[in-house]
Amino acid sequence: MIEIFREILGSLSRNKLRSIATGFAVACGIFLLIILQGTSNGIIHTFEEASAHFSFDAIRVFPGFTSKPYNGIEEGRRIKLDDTDSEVTLSNFPNELSSVIAQISHTANAASFGKNYLNNVSLQGARPATQDMEAIQLMEGRFINKIDLDEQRKVIVISDKNREDLFKHGERAINQQVRIDGITFTVVGIYKDDGMMSGNDFYAPFTTLKTIYGKGYDIDQLQLKSRNLDTEEKNDAFERAFRKVMGAKHDFAPEDRSALWIRNSASENADMTKAKNILHTSFWILGLLTLLSGIVGVSNIMLIAVKERTHEFGIRKAIGATPWNIISMVVLESIVITTIFGYIGMLLGVIFCEGMDYYYGNQTVDMGFFQSSIFVDPTVDISTCIHATIVMIIAGALAGFFPASKAAKVKPIEALRG
Amino acid sequence: MMIQLKGLHKTYKGAQPLHVLKGIDLEIKEGEFVAIMGASGSGKSTLLNILGILDDYDEGEYTLNGTLIKDLSETKAAGYRNRMIGFVFQSFNLIPYKDALENVALPLFYQGVSRRKRNAIAMEYLDKVGLRDWASHLPNEMSGGQKQRVAIARALITHPQIILADEPTGALDSKTTVEVMQLLKELNQQGLTIIVVTHEADVAAQTNRTIHIVDGQIV
Repeated sequence: MIEIFREILGSLSRNKLRSIATGFAVACGIFLLIILQGTSNGIIHTFEEASAHFSFDAIRVFPGFTSKPYNGIEEGRRIKLDDTDSEVTLSNFPNELSSVIAQISHTANAASFGKNYLNNVSLQGARPATQDMEAIQLMEGRFINKIDLDEQRKVIVISDKNREDLFKHGERAINQQVRIDGITFTVVGIYKDDGMMSGNDFYAPFTTLKTIYGKGYDIDQLQLKSRNLDTEEKNDAFERAFRKVMGAKHDFAPEDRSALWIRNSASENADMTKAKNILHTSFWILGLLTLLSGIVGVSNIMLIAVKERTHEFGIRKAIGATPWNIISMVVLESIVITTIFGYIGMLLGVIFCEGMDYYYGNQTVDMGFFQSSIFVDPTVDISTCIHATIVMIIAGALAGFFPASKAAKVKPIEALRG
Repeated sequence: MMIQLKGLHKTYKGAQPLHVLKGIDLEIKEGEFVAIMGASGSGKSTLLNILGILDDYDEGEYTLNGTLIKDLSETKAAGYRNRMIGFVFQSFNLIPYKDALENVALPLFYQGVSRRKRNAIAMEYLDKVGLRDWASHLPNEMSGGQKQRVAIARALITHPQIILADEPTGALDSKTTVEVMQLLKELNQQGLTIIVVTHEADVAAQTNRTIHIVDGQIV
């Protein structure tokens, strides 16, 4: 075997230009394959990191407007959810739901601390259970507790992002007084902004908001925590049944989708997984197609090289090379070229990906324990490299096979005649 | 008997079938130095190709040193060529990107001889043809006579039963022709069977026996 490789390396190194031209296409193909993989991994990792603090059992229900006449009432009527809906919902779906919370929110014009202020702050009426429901990660202090609710305390939990906006000099935010539209709230906790949404949400006790802003019994949102809804079918069935119950209570058609807006993170998660798989697969396909054009290039050049070397193969056969000797030589040459240049391409691709990681990895928002970034770890792992190696060897063998079988058919007398 | 041909026929198939060899009977003993002469198109090259197992034949029998050479697979033919026959061609047929030593050693590569061993043997044979100092030169750095001597060393390295030389002096000037013929004569004196195809009478004159082929038959 070593002897054959020596023979091949000899012929490759004596035909440098041809070898390099042949290998270049493969190097490019693998380079692009690796970069595509790295990029897709970066996007997927970003997805995953963003959804790490995302609870997949949360279902949010918002009241909307009817779009169909129902029970003699015209369409276009605004649906109002109220306090009683949470109990009705929970009692109707004891197997599907573990808890239901009614939520109210209020948009304030401004929140300020000293000279620093934030516009359009969204105050969310929270309960202790809200933390679990919305998968809120606390970084400092505490969340809204039962005493806050009972006493209607004016306390808030703000995001780390908003802390930076309000406390620009690095003051300790906990126990500071923040004015929101003229009313003073005390900061009791800081939560981590997940970078996706709700970074401007301030959490205040449900009862406090209800009293201060005169919300009455109306609620803005129902938050449901589901259980046992592990398939898409079960989620769909639950949503249909839920619309029916609510429709009976609030007089709207069960199939009227605009009367209630339902955001189910379980189905969103399923969609995201699907999207992730599609992304991953399509990047592989793109990479493989790129590689394929490289292989066709190698095969073409090998074919020309074989034609050029007809005379040489004739000589080799005359002095005792068997057809198998010739085939294995050409196929191995092809494999050696694809593998060597493939590895060069792979190495460059990996370096490029690490560079991306280094560059974009620095573009994170550093928050002590936590980091948030837009392009997470856009690199390839060892299994991708192993797959690529297998692909390269197979590719090289395929690229070499047709030229090799042509070379093996060379008749020594015809080759030697010239 | 080294070579025995009985009623050998060969036709090239095609739109116009060409009956090239029309019943060749020939015997060549071990240690003979034979010249095959004939005009172009007489069939002498076809005969040489058949003798060298580079081509097959349609009818008759060819026995080489007791082995019947007929309907061989390509792999088997390659093995016989490697072990029994040494070729010397008019256009030398050296591999251009291999140096003299590697060219001479190549037949041993196909016998699976290790690199070190075959290079040592190849050096011996290069020495025999007087080209020890040229071992690391590529063919295009050598003269015609030198190239032909490299080719002869390559033909000898496997200890073949016969040497087949196809116009070995066809591309050489008169001075190197003499050198190459001298070398072949010396090898013959050491006991090697040599068959030379030529159309030069003075080359044929230096052999022990001349066979004339006219129109596919020995006369």
